[in-house]
Parts: sequence; structure tokens; C-alpha cells
Amino acid sequence: MKIPYYPGCSLKSTAKHFEVSAIAVAKELGIEFVEIPRWNCCGVVSSLTEDDIIHHVGPIRNFVRVLDMNENGLLDNEKRLLTLCSMCFNTLKRSNLRVKEKPDDLDVINDFMYQEKDYDGSVEVVHFLEILQKIGFDKVKEKVKKNLENIKVAAYYGCMLIRPKEIGIDDPEIPAIFENLIQSLGAEPVDWRSKIRCCGSYLTLNNKDTVIDIAYDILTDAQKNGADLIITSCPLCAFNLDNRQKDIKNKYPGFIEIPVLYFTQLMALTFGLEEKQRGLDLNYINFYNLLNKKVLSK
Amino acid sequence: MEKRMTVSSQNFKNEDIQKLEEISEVNVYSCYQCGNCSASCPAFEFMDMPPHQVIRAVQLGFIDEILEANTPWICAACISCTVKCPRGVDIAKLMEGVRQVILRKGIDHLNINEIDKKLREQLPQIALIANFRKTIL
Repeated sequence: MKIPYYPGCSLKSTAKHFEVSAIAVAKELGIEFVEIPRWNCCGVVSSLTEDDIIHHVGPIRNFVRVLDMNENGLLDNEKRLLTLCSMCFNTLKRSNLRVKEKPDDLDVINDFMYQEKDYDGSVEVVHFLEILQKIGFDKVKEKVKKNLENIKVAAYYGCMLIRPKEIGIDDPEIPAIFENLIQSLGAEPVDWRSKIRCCGSYLTLNNKDTVIDIAYDILTDAQKNGADLIITSCPLCAFNLDNRQKDIKNKYPGFIEIPVLYFTQLMALTFGLEEKQRGLDLNYINFYNLLNKKVLSK
Repeated sequence: MEKRMTVSSQNFKNEDIQKLEEISEVNVYSCYQCGNCSASCPAFEFMDMPPHQVIRAVQLGFIDEILEANTPWICAACISCTVKCPRGVDIAKLMEGVRQVILRKGIDHLNINEIDKKLREQLPQIALIANFRKTIL
């Protein structure tokens, strides 16, 4: 199956291990990501004011690229646009919803992009987790080669995959899609209340102390519930929960580090893929140091 | 807050209050102050005016209190409040409206020159862009 893929900026740099592992596990499952040509920034956050239309141009222009790909024969009538980064997913999907609900806004955007093909609202923004759910977690299970049955995994949804509920991939308050994936990988999902709590997001730039406190609460909640590691699908959550552990340790000396992986890295591990396909050396907290004894040797 | 506040019809003639209601498209009068938004807010403890009080202030037209609060700059638009509201008030949109009303006056809430160089190199791009989108115009 070939599917158009929107990487977004972080997956080409600080979250390279997310992209590399996702492409590798998708290949194992018979899915080929076709990166959309000339993609542009989605804007990261959705514009929430009614008179702000210009910030929806970025997302919509990417949808036009998908129409182009179908027209040029790069794809065979595949209008699902696959995303990995939770923020890209949210921003693209909300813009798509807005122009469907407000056709006048779409007219303004199409007029602005008069050199491009008109967007008709036909693209569907999907997250990789939804694709996995659709092909079936039992199919994922068939690819599992490494046994992780004594490993407890806390799935961190954060905000952008599940809120607002109009665009979420699962229930906004009791999501389960990640837990289903964890089970199919042979690991044990952890039930914890912080899985839908915001990590502080972009405040990490200019309000570090707030993020340190929030991330400390989230990480210790996972640990109290027995988690050995945390998985996520957002490069910003990953930064706040993984890289910020250094600052958390400075502020809370009793804090014990916990690995934070992209869910696709955990998949790559269980599928028995090579290190360069799972990119575990790029996570801040060393996965092997902490779990070597419990899981598998490098 | 020790300050004495007076409810007056004049409060509602304020340009900022009117603009806020217009661009956020939120009917603040649906709110009956149950406090679910503040209870669900992950950053409640860092705010000097919790979300339900911001709504109350808009209902009463207390614009100065809203513009002075740190609340819209602590809010990271995680949308927990909106999901929890039993009255369908989109508080996340209201908070974006407050940010926009302030930013459109030309008052930035981030000085790009003050960003630590090392941090800038480590941060995912989405952290920078998201912050810029919310704190500068």
C-alpha cells in the first residue's frame, strides 16, 4: 500500500529517529510512505480565531500537493494524508475541518492560491496509529519477534492526538488505541491518569520552570504505576519528557530517569529491526542503560 | 484581588471586549461557573487568574483584569478545558482571542534575541514555531 506522507519539520531534524523507525516498521507491514513533494510547514498550532484565515493556507497547500500526486500518477486515488507528528496531525486536520465547515473560508484560500489547483476538501488527514488500527493490530502482532512480556509501557497521548474531540483519533478522555498497540507488541500497558495531561508544550521555550514541574508530575505518575518506559508520538512532548529530565533531576534530586521512546521505535525493537532502523541512540535518556537487563541485549 | 470592581454597562462598550467576543466566537454567557475548566487545566497552579475567572471577567466586562493576567501566556492551548466544559464553551478559543487582542496592539510576549543559543539548537522546530505563533505577531 502506497500512502502520501507529510513529515513536517521536526521529523527531518531533532525527531529523525521517529521518521526512520516509522518508515522501517511500515515497510515490514507492507506500507510505503510516499513523501509529498514540496511540502511546507503546517504552522504547528491551529489558528483558533475566526478572522485568522491566512494561517490555514499552509495546511491547505499541502492538501493540494496530494491532489497533484494523484493527478501525476504518483498515487492511485489515495487521498489519505499520513502524519506521524501529533502537532502536524492536529493542525492539518483542524484546517481541513474548518474549510469543510466554512466554504467561504475555502474560497478565500483558493483565491489566494490562484496559481494552484483549487482544493476541494477531498483529502483525509490520518495518523499512522489509525492506519495500524485499520490494518489490524493482529497483523502487527504477527511481525513481533522479540518478547517484551515483562515490560510495562505507559502510553502518553498528550493533547494533539485526541483533542478537540471533533478531530481526535480516539475518545478524548479515555483513549485506548496506544494500549491496544502495546498489547499487540506483547508488552503490558500501564493504566495511568496523566496520559492525557498536557506536557506544557511550547512553554518549554520561555517558561521552562512550568514545564519542568508538569513533566516531573507526568513522569513520576508513570513510574508510580509501574511503567518501565513511556511512548509518545509528538516530538515536542518527547523533548519535554525526555530531554528535560536533566533539568528535572537538578530540581528534584530524588528523581529516577525513565526512557521515553517514539511508539515506532518500540515497534522496531519488537520487530527485531536493526539499530539504524530504530534510532535508539538519538533518545536523550539511554534506553539500553536502564533496560538492558530487563529486555534484551544490544 | 483586593481591588474593588464595579459592574457597569460601560464595561461592555469596551472595544477589546467586543473584539474578543467577535474573533473568538464564544458565547461566554453560556458559562455557569462550574469550574470544570479550571479543575481540568494542567497549568492551573501557575496562573494568577484561573480559566473560569477569565470567563467571569469577560461576562462582567472587566477587560483590564483579563489583559493583565498571566493566564493566556501560561495556557498552551491543550484544549482540556474545552473538552470538559458541560456547556460547550470553547475556552481554548476564548484564550486565543485574549492573546490576539493583546498581540494586535503590538505587545509581544517573547523576545527572540533572548532565546538561549544552546536551547535553540536542541529544541524541536515545532517548539519554536508554536511559541512564536502564540507570543508574537
